[in-house]
Amino acid sequence: MADFNLKIKEESGVIVVTTDGYLNNYGGEQVASLCLQKISEGKRKFLINVEKTDMVNSIGVSILIEVIEELQGTNGTIAFCNTAPIVEKTFNIMGISKYATLYKDEEEALKALSA
Amino acid sequence: MSDPKVELTLPVMQDMELAATKTAEVVANRMGLDEMKTAEINMALIEACINAFEHSKTKDNVFITYIIEGDTLVIKVGDKGQGFDSEVVAIPNIDEKIKSEHKRGWGIQLMKELMDTVKFETTDSGTTVTMTKSK
Repeated sequence: MADFNLKIKEESGVIVVTTDGYLNNYGGEQVASLCLQKISEGKRKFLINVEKTDMVNSIGVSILIEVIEELQGTNGTIAFCNTAPIVEKTFNIMGISKYATLYKDEEEALKALSA
Repeated sequence: MSDPKVELTLPVMQDMELAATKTAEVVANRMGLDEMKTAEINMALIEACINAFEHSKTKDNVFITYIIEGDTLVIKVGDKGQGFDSEVVAIPNIDEKIKSEHKRGWGIQLMKELMDTVKFETTDSGTTVTMTKSK
């Protein structure tokens, strides 16, 4: 199985999840599970840093739609940063970017999200 | 002389679609396709392989052929499973998907958006998707 790793931290009230590897069904489930757990703990702002994920598939991304759905009911926010051009294009085709802002990097994202 | 061709046989196993992208990268580089077009080919190929793995309901291998037709890369992904009618597959919509239990079903749309042409052919012996990308 392709390697996929996650790192999590909280900064300025934002849960930052950094992914490393191919975002397939397992990767998507790991990210979603972590975010859903944090939502249940009352967290509402999420940033997914995909700098080290230059390949995704639609199943992995579809699983992240569950997080968007969950946040919709709580006035929460999810955003992405450091998206590779093909990942950004995939998010645009799937409409993810309609519900999640894509930031250039973590600094820009945290500045906007913690405002 | 016939067009240069690379053939790959993939077992239906988790993440085997990545093996298909490695070959695509070599062929695309040989053709001089730029980085973005190569990435688009890889993404479309991943989706075509996943469709073949999952929707064909077959445990048989998936067969991929890469053909260099001048400035155009033709990729055929074939399986021997049960086919489907691509015309009746609904175009996915994010607003509906968010509310729906079924959040998947983006593969065909992604392939169509990322490649120049995409064609599905289903016969009694399986389904072949033919995708093209030009320089």
